Amino acid sequence: MGGPRGAARLLLRFWSASLAAEMEYGVNAAVELLSVLGNLAGSLFVLSLFFRHGHDLGGWSWDQALVVLGIYTLLDGLTSTLLQPNLGALVTHVQKGTLDFVLLKPVDSQFWLSLRIVSPWGLPGVAVGLVLMAVGVVRAGTPPSLPGLALALVVLVAASLLLYSLWFVLAATSIWFVKVWNATEVLRATLVAGRYPISAYPAGLRVLFTFVLPVAFLTTVPAETLLGKASAPAVLAGLLVAGLALGASRLFWIFALRFYTSASS
Amino acid sequence: MTRRRSDARAGAAHGLRIARVLLSTQYATMLEYRAEIVLWALSGVLPLIMLGVWSGAEASGGPAATGGLSAQALGRYFLSAFVVRQFTIVWVIHSFEEDTLAGRLSPYLLQPLAPVWRYVSAHLAEQVTRLPFVLAMLALVFLIHPAVAWLPSPPRLLAALVAIPMAFALRFAIQWILTMLCFWTERAAALERLMYIPYLFLSGLVAPLEAYPEGVRAFALATPFPWMVHFPAQLLAGAEVPVGRGFAALLLWTLVLVPIGWSGWKLGMRRHSALGA
Repeated sequence: MGGPRGAARLLLRFWSASLAAEMEYGVNAAVELLSVLGNLAGSLFVLSLFFRHGHDLGGWSWDQALVVLGIYTLLDGLTSTLLQPNLGALVTHVQKGTLDFVLLKPVDSQFWLSLRIVSPWGLPGVAVGLVLMAVGVVRAGTPPSLPGLALALVVLVAASLLLYSLWFVLAATSIWFVKVWNATEVLRATLVAGRYPISAYPAGLRVLFTFVLPVAFLTTVPAETLLGKASAPAVLAGLLVAGLALGASRLFWIFALRFYTSASS
Repeated sequence: MTRRRSDARAGAAHGLRIARVLLSTQYATMLEYRAEIVLWALSGVLPLIMLGVWSGAEASGGPAATGGLSAQALGRYFLSAFVVRQFTIVWVIHSFEEDTLAGRLSPYLLQPLAPVWRYVSAHLAEQVTRLPFVLAMLALVFLIHPAVAWLPSPPRLLAALVAIPMAFALRFAIQWILTMLCFWTERAAALERLMYIPYLFLSGLVAPLEAYPEGVRAFALATPFPWMVHFPAQLLAGAEVPVGRGFAALLLWTLVLVPIGWSGWKLGMRRHSALGA
């Protein structure tokens, strides 16, 4: 593959080609933009309902909760930009037997399958998420120091990798179960829980969202880091979980390929 | 006179037979897709997640924070909303789009049955397939959380069992109107995604309408959305609801929207044949 330089050059090729293909649909852009703005207005409205009579949601102020919502919106945008189109294509490759062609390419198959396509329609979500995060952090009055910002960036990248690993493992099970795509809908539907800080939930759900479905590490811990209220163990756990998940996704892919008997046999 | 009456009776019997055959074949098809239907049902967990957040808010701020709903009332409301949503999910726009693209619509038109009934029966058959799974999920929640378990009073249960199919009919009519745009544009499904936004935030899926500020609630009640989730859910949950007004709103919106969908179909057909299909 020619090291990271070669990988970056490949990505540039992939993405410019898929963007050119998508840009043919002008109406889509308008609809996506409207949809992102409508969802933003709705989410802000629902969040405001929790602050009508009290001043906090599980110990989080309005501005702090905006950061959580921002990170959720950002990750959801990333899902639409990269995870959904690429991993959807992975399922199709298995169904149609074209996975063989991917495996024959002189490129790492997990890399190719995970990053081959980029869809611009998730980018408005990414932008709105970044704005929400910035507004929340500035208004909360605890601007992070430069090292703090760097740490928050690392935790955010870890959260994205964790999200990617969840999606990838689920999509990779299509080697055995061909119609796995509905399962990713379930994943997306349950991750909605990440719109609110984990402390807003009752104790039982908090355990579920930390240890079973790691929603806490996707939005709450990165938001805490950004706001400078994260505990060291939480940050470490976040990084560890992401690292483990990424490693597990790699091992799982190698394991799954052992069971892939290709289209002709 | 007697002849006309026996004709009508024969017609009704014929219609019933068509309905029975359609429903039983669609049910057999849906059984094949059981695994997928379970996953679809699971992806409707939103009301249960929102129950989590709202119960958290109630635990820290008391019923004042939730528009006067106690922890128990919240649990019943969101569980009912979950059930209502499960039996009012409509996806006709996606299967219609697929059928038109695959060229399946034209052979359907040759049959002496309006294609809409084919889609309606597919939805009803899918609901029957869903039923055991929804009951199992409810049983699980009641087992974990016996405090929210309740049995609706028979009149309330009956009213809810009438309101839920009415809500389904209204939701179907709304999506059918958008579906008819498939004849003119390839982006009809995108419009449905836009329509989903007010449905999501005004229907009561993510928050009980009782918790809305007065102005927003009045606005929501003037739209068809809350009658499709909030009203049947509160009927089932046994809360105070304006029963007459709810049924009147469901009926009125359906009566307004069904003719629009019907003319959409007529216009669409004209365009379809103009295209030479």
